Amino acid sequence: MLALREGIVVNASLLNVEGLRKYFEVRRGFFGKREYIRAVDGVSLTLNKGEAISIVGESGCGKTTLGKTILRLYEPTDGRIIFASKNVTHLSWKELKWYRRETGLVQQDPFGALPSFMTVKRILEEPLIIHGVKDRRERDKRVYKALEQVKLTPVEDFIGKYPHMLSGGQQQRLVIARAIILEPKLIIADEPVSMLDASVRIEILKLLQKLQKDYELGIIYITHDLSTTRYFSEKICIMYAGHMVESAETRRILANPLHPYTRALLNVIPDPDPSNRFIIKNVPAGEPPNLLNPPTGCRFNPRCESMMKGICNVKEPPIIEVNRNHYVKCWLYGRT
Amino acid sequence: MEKSHLTVKNLVMYYRTLKGEVKAVDDVSFSLPRGETVAVIGESGCGKSSLARSIIRLLPRNVSTYKGVILFNNLNLIELEEEFFTRDVRWVKITYVPQAALNSLNPVIKIGDQMVEPLILRQKMDKHEALDKAAKTLRRVGISENFIHRYPFELSGGMKQRIIIAMSLLTNPELMILDEPTSSLDVLTQANIMNLLKNIRKDLKLSMIFITHDVSLSSELADKIAVMYAGQVVEFNDANTFYHDPKHPYSQKLMESVPTLRTEKKLDFIPGAPPSLLNLPKGCRFAERCPYAFDRCVKDPPLIYVNENFYVKCWLYVRG
Repeated sequence: MLALREGIVVNASLLNVEGLRKYFEVRRGFFGKREYIRAVDGVSLTLNKGEAISIVGESGCGKTTLGKTILRLYEPTDGRIIFASKNVTHLSWKELKWYRRETGLVQQDPFGALPSFMTVKRILEEPLIIHGVKDRRERDKRVYKALEQVKLTPVEDFIGKYPHMLSGGQQQRLVIARAIILEPKLIIADEPVSMLDASVRIEILKLLQKLQKDYELGIIYITHDLSTTRYFSEKICIMYAGHMVESAETRRILANPLHPYTRALLNVIPDPDPSNRFIIKNVPAGEPPNLLNPPTGCRFNPRCESMMKGICNVKEPPIIEVNRNHYVKCWLYGRT
Repeated sequence: MEKSHLTVKNLVMYYRTLKGEVKAVDDVSFSLPRGETVAVIGESGCGKSSLARSIIRLLPRNVSTYKGVILFNNLNLIELEEEFFTRDVRWVKITYVPQAALNSLNPVIKIGDQMVEPLILRQKMDKHEALDKAAKTLRRVGISENFIHRYPFELSGGMKQRIIIAMSLLTNPELMILDEPTSSLDVLTQANIMNLLKNIRKDLKLSMIFITHDVSLSSELADKIAVMYAGQVVEFNDANTFYHDPKHPYSQKLMESVPTLRTEKKLDFIPGAPPSLLNLPKGCRFAERCPYAFDRCVKDPPLIYVNENFYVKCWLYVRG
C-alpha cells in the first residue's frame, strides 16, 4: 500500500526535491573552527513534466547553488532529489552519466560558457561524443537539428564559426542548443538573459518557451527579475537567504503576495510609467544576512515590517499552505 | 518656457581603431532645462557612454573627430581651454559617475581620505575642513559620518554606490551624469539608490543625465527621454508622452520588448542585431530591422521637431 502511494506521487512529477540542504564548509585559518555557509537550507519543490517554474531571489540567496545541487554539480548535504522516479541524491559517478544526459544547464554568461577555441560544430558534437554517439553521420544530423531548433539558421552559415564571431543573443542560443542536444527532460536556466539587451531577452525567453512546449521540457528558470517570470513560468518560488519563503502559481503570487519579502520585491520593481519619478518607494532597511551566521527564527525578521517579537526572531516559521498550492514560510499565517 | 541648462547641438565624436573609424556619437542634439533629468536609453554599444564622456570631455586617446556645440550655462564647453575646463567644469560643476564606479574605490585607503582628494588638490581646502565637508555629504546620502574612518572593503555594494554619489556631490555640482548607477546592484538596493537620487535631485535642484539600458528603471527619474540607436538619438521626447506613446519605430519596438509586472501585454522582440558602429548602413540606421521601412529610408532621415523638446528622426513623420 505504501509503495503504491509513493508510486503515484512520484510518477506525477518529473522532479521532486525534498528538504534539500547544501552547506559549504569554511575554515578561518588552518587550525580555525569549522563553520558552514548554509547556502540552501531545507528547500522543497516539485516540477511536473513539461512545466516551467521560476526561482526568484537576490544575489547570494542560494538560487544558483540550488540549481547546481539539483543538477548534482554539488553533492547535497541533506535532503532528497527524485528525478523521474529515481533517487539521484547520491548517485555514483558512473550512474551520474545517465543523469547528465537527462538534464541540461544554460548559464548566465554565454561567452564564458563556450570554449573559445572550438567551432560551433565541435561544441555541439562534444556531448554526443562523450555520450557515445559513434556514427559521424548521426552526429551531424543531430547537430543540424539542434541548430535548427534554436533557429541558428541557415545552419551552414554558423557551423564553422567560433563563439566570438556570434552576437550575444546567438551565443546564448548556441548554449541552449548544447543543453538540448542530448534531448534532456529537464533544463536549468540560470539567469539566461541577464547579460543580454532588452530586445534580445524576449527572443531567448520565447525560444525556451517554445522548446518547453514542443518537447515537453521541464525548465527551472533562475532569475532576479520578477517581471520576466510572468510571461515565462507557471509557478514562482521566492528565495531569501537560503530559504524558500513563498511559492505559488505565477498569477496568484503577483496578484496576492503573502510573504513580506515578496511584497517588498513586488513593490519596488518599476513598470515603465512616468509617475514613478514622483514616488519615493518604501524599501525594507538593511541587507540580506550573512549565511555563515543567519539570524535565528525567520531569516527576514530583522528587516521585516510585520515582525512579531518573541516569535519571528525565536523560532523558524513552518511552511504553511494558505490557499491551495500557495505556500508561505511566515508566522503571520499561522501559529503552533 | 524654462531656460535650458545644457544644450547639445550636432555633437560628433568618432575615434579611430585598427579596423576603421568608430562613429560612437554621430550628430546628437538635445536640450535639458535646469533641474530636470534626461534619461538616455538604448542597447549596449549604441553610444550612450560615449555621449556622456563627450559631454565631460573624457575622450578616448584615439579620438579622430570631436565637434559640435555643448552649451552649459551659456558656455561652449567644446571650445573651453582645458585648464579652465578642469578647474571649473569637470568634476566641479558637472560630475560624472562612470559605470561600475563602486568597484574603483581603493580598498586600502580610508573612505574619508579618498573623498577629500579633489577638494584638497583642486580647491586647495585644508584637510580638516575637507573632512568635515565629506562627513556632511555622507550624512546627506544616508551614511553615518563615522564611515570616513572605514575602508571600502568593509562595505556592501549599495553603500559603496552611496559613497560614490556622495563624492560626486562634494563640489556642489549643477549637473550630474550617472552611467548605469545601479546595474550591478540587487533589486531592493537599486530601489534605495533611486530613492536617494530622487531626494537629492529635488533638494539640490540638480540637473541629471541618467544613462541606462533598462527602460522600466528610466521611468524612475526621467523627465525627458533620449532614445539612442547606433550612435544617434532617434527620438527625444517628454517622459509623460513617451512611455504611453513612443513615436520612432525603434522606440515602439523597444517598448514592446519591456516586460511589465502589473499589466498583461504581448511581448515582442526586434529581429536582427544593431549595425556595427564601424560599418554603418547608409540612410536610416534602423531601416533593415524596421517593420515600416519604405523606399525613402535609404536616405538619412532629418530630425522632425514637434516642439523644442520633442523630435523624431524618421521619414514616417515627414509630410509630402
